[in-house]
Amino acid sequence: MRADDLADTAPAEARFRLTADALSVCDGLRQAFSAEPLLSLSAEDRGTAEIVLAEVLNNVVEHAYAAGGGPILLALSLGEGLLQCRVEDEGAPMPGGALPAGRPGDPAALPEGGFGWHLIRLLCQGLRYERAGGRNLLSFSLPAERSRGRAGDCPRS
Amino acid sequence: MQLKSAMNGTTLVIRVAEDRIDAAGAIQFKERMRDLIQLASQRVILDLGQVHFLDSSGLGAVVAVMKLLAPDRKLELAGLTPTVAKVFRLTRMDSVFTIHPALAEGLRNAG
Repeated sequence: MRADDLADTAPAEARFRLTADALSVCDGLRQAFSAEPLLSLSAEDRGTAEIVLAEVLNNVVEHAYAAGGGPILLALSLGEGLLQCRVEDEGAPMPGGALPAGRPGDPAALPEGGFGWHLIRLLCQGLRYERAGGRNLLSFSLPAERSRGRAGDCPRS
Repeated sequence: MQLKSAMNGTTLVIRVAEDRIDAAGAIQFKERMRDLIQLASQRVILDLGQVHFLDSSGLGAVVAVMKLLAPDRKLELAGLTPTVAKVFRLTRMDSVFTIHPALAEGLRNAG
């Protein structure tokens, strides 16, 4: 990848390389959230990003890499009030080549699953899935308002 | 998964002493809860005040505990932090739990 070629036109992209297991995803997310661009987002947008990225990455671990682990790339860049996100993996393709609809059951029936894609679809914009060269490529954007204070500061009472 | 339980009168209060309940800890959470709720009580309140993040696996585990308590008891929740509250709201699972703003209110108000 010739990142220099893009430097003048595209915002800097932060890249995180994870391996596909629940603990590595948890560590990788912690790393991503202590670095830009996630670090400087408002508390609410950080929360939204954490929900979506955790769901997307865990889906890769549990489904794409169900038969065994592999690498996951998480790439993030900030531009025009949006956080552009890209997740790539070398696991199995989405069944039917399309993203799940994500419709959990009736809350009263106490469903224990089906929440993941529902949350992703509610919170993301421009969700796009592609299978190319043996890789799954998922891209989407999230609301990204910059925080006035330093991220991670606690409210004073 | 650190869970601290104590009886407050006839109410069993279980506090999650972790900052997240996610795919890495959801099964352990459910297993620990299964043990702790063996204790007889009229009510069970899960204090989530310290948990800043809960994903769909964590939500599924909380729902599973609600089912383990049925039909005699329900699971009440207290102290949802903003991101945790958002997950409950967006999945509409806030409609099936009694949710107290904080543990103190939960102990005052019968669910």
